[in-house]
Amino acid sequence: MVNTALARRSSPMSLRVIFGVLLGLLVLSFTLGTGAPAAHAATSDVCVADAETGCFTGTIKGVGAGVKLTIDGNGLNVPAETDKDGKWNAAVTVAGLYTITLDEKTLPEGVTLKGDAVQERDITLGFVKATIFSVDGATGDGADNGPSQAEIAAEGFNWDRLAQQIVSGLRLGLLLALASIGLSLIYGTTGLSSFSHAEQVTLGGLLGYTFANVLGLNIFLTIVIVVILTGATGYIQDAVIWKPLRKKGLSLTQMIIVTIGLALALQYTFQMFYGASTVRILMKNPETFTIGPVTLTFESLWAMGLSVIVLILVGLFLLKTRTGRATRAVSDNPSLAAASGIDVDRIIRLVWVIATALAGLSGVMLGLVLNGINWQTGMQLLLLMFAAVTLGGLGTAFGALIGSLIIGMTVELANFVVPGDFKYATALLLLIVILLVRPQGIFGRKERIG
Amino acid sequence: MDMWIKVLYDMSANMILPTTAAFAIAAIGLNVHFGFTGLLNMGQAGFMLIGAYGFSVATIAGLPFWAATLVTIGAGTIFALLLGIPTLKLRGDYLAIVTIAAAEIVRMIGRASVLNSVTGGSNGLPGETYRNTFSALSPFPDGKTAILWFDFDNTGVNGWFIRIVAWSLVVIFAVLVWLLMRSPWGRVIKGIREDEDAVRSLGKNVFAFKMQALIIGGVLGAIGGMFYVLPTSVQPDALGRNMTFLIWTAMLLGGAATIWGPVLGSALFFALRIFIQGTVDILIPDAILNTQQTEQFSWIMVGVALMLLVIFRPQGILGDKKELNFNV
Repeated sequence: MVNTALARRSSPMSLRVIFGVLLGLLVLSFTLGTGAPAAHAATSDVCVADAETGCFTGTIKGVGAGVKLTIDGNGLNVPAETDKDGKWNAAVTVAGLYTITLDEKTLPEGVTLKGDAVQERDITLGFVKATIFSVDGATGDGADNGPSQAEIAAEGFNWDRLAQQIVSGLRLGLLLALASIGLSLIYGTTGLSSFSHAEQVTLGGLLGYTFANVLGLNIFLTIVIVVILTGATGYIQDAVIWKPLRKKGLSLTQMIIVTIGLALALQYTFQMFYGASTVRILMKNPETFTIGPVTLTFESLWAMGLSVIVLILVGLFLLKTRTGRATRAVSDNPSLAAASGIDVDRIIRLVWVIATALAGLSGVMLGLVLNGINWQTGMQLLLLMFAAVTLGGLGTAFGALIGSLIIGMTVELANFVVPGDFKYATALLLLIVILLVRPQGIFGRKERIG
Repeated sequence: MDMWIKVLYDMSANMILPTTAAFAIAAIGLNVHFGFTGLLNMGQAGFMLIGAYGFSVATIAGLPFWAATLVTIGAGTIFALLLGIPTLKLRGDYLAIVTIAAAEIVRMIGRASVLNSVTGGSNGLPGETYRNTFSALSPFPDGKTAILWFDFDNTGVNGWFIRIVAWSLVVIFAVLVWLLMRSPWGRVIKGIREDEDAVRSLGKNVFAFKMQALIIGGVLGAIGGMFYVLPTSVQPDALGRNMTFLIWTAMLLGGAATIWGPVLGSALFFALRIFIQGTVDILIPDAILNTQQTEQFSWIMVGVALMLLVIFRPQGILGDKKELNFNV
């Protein structure tokens, strides 16, 4: 019974993923092996998705049996309850949007919900939709007490929590830096504020999911493949879209709107092939380790290490190599650079490749440290990237690095002052304040602000 | 054949929806910003959300309809002032980033669980809680009325009353913008779009004029938001960034810097999207694209259409290329 359920739902799922990769990249074609059923974490052994049934399912780790949920919508009201492993599922017979409500009163004592008790999910008949409710303070089997739970559970200020938040801020800042350096380089060399850069980050994460989870490749091999593929999308984009548009003499405002159109199209493409729910890059629960007051997953540690190495390499490239110097020259003054014999188009092409590859790398690692990725992960970070880039000074690569670290810290440390819901808002408010006080940013020069 | 008739019906029904009218009002506001003044406002959905919250929260607090409407207008004005002061002296793309960030801040505050008792958090506010003061104004008797192939309630949630009011407002605001733009004030505004420094050299306070334009367009956005949520509910996530981008698409489709462009664009935008979705749904079997995916496909096409529009016909359907200044 379980096997048929798996077979039935895994094949359309993996087909869609393959479709996504094929269409999205036009680069590779491959057939799917047997690793596919890993696609969704929670498996139900009661609800079977078929032509007339869709299944909502999920696992609330460590809460045990008796947590009640209701699935409401399209004229249906389906109750669900967790079993002893915290698994729940519910069958619906009409496709569409449902509201899944977790009854917080039924949570065991000492366990609190992290995030919304009410979630909306779209479902199509024949599919299984996983819904994640995370909780704090769970103690039962499989309780997922990662660092984030610990840090949010802590109320008020203490030094241990400060250390934990600073490390989290550093982690966010480094991953943000990978993405925003590209954004800044593109702005510096072409003057374009690329709104579709966020989708490059999401693309990286979703490709990471495709290779590491669906195809079961090693995570480091996955990262290499993702960086190559996302870099290729940058090359293709510049060749097919941006260079012809520059030659056509499109104004920057028009180009910004083109990137917005591209971002819209990409977001819905992701949704079409990967669905609207969050997918995880690695299936196993992350292992953690503790140094003093700070608890981190191993993934976070090597993601931070890798970011530092890559950022240093990018820095060395910009400072020490001929091409890197040429890049900075184009950033400074494209006409003068062209006059002194630099092939500006080649540099811009290179910048697009570097920027998209770094964004892809950032996407995979964000997916790893944030415990999953969905179609709008990148979009949620775009404004933080803009904030980082503006803070550092639009168009300066090193400014973007410093700006990212400051924004990362702000977001994570804002928890001490304001409720968690407002942490991104704090960073955006910081962006507006910077523009009031020093619009050119820390490293920017005044003439850029016009 | 029936399926095609259904597509045609859906298209025409979508064109006259009250939410389409609300969308058109917001697009007229955005047109004042971008089309006439040259301001790159990327946060029009933020103005809509401010207006929606202003009206619904004020009504729930017990204010009568007209007072709640004044709150909406006031909220739009204050939001425009807050946005304008730091950014109107800076170059265009800074305004774009700040407006989009500010709109996001509004959305995040609106959906924060701390404010559950006021804004309903991420669930928003259901329409029944604030709709009654508006429905009570309806002069129509109860019952249904059929006009052409449309058969709606007279005063119901999506009935004739709100449709007539919303579309009348669209016409009133379009005419108002037309009158404004042929006034001396409008000539200064268009002058700012063409050459800010030239206008400044004539002794005009460019900052003040831009601020006035930002407020007018923003208040239109807020009123659009109010009428967007009257027949539906306040959902902070429905009035997010993508809403702004869709308004931009509609405005550019109809023609920026024209009076009727945003209105035509809004009506066409929804009809075309339904047309794409319906056609794909009929022509492509479910095995390749299921119903949900055809909807997503239609949105992908919206994104592609926006790109193509800006590249090949930035003036849209009604526009004049000379009237358009993209070099902000």
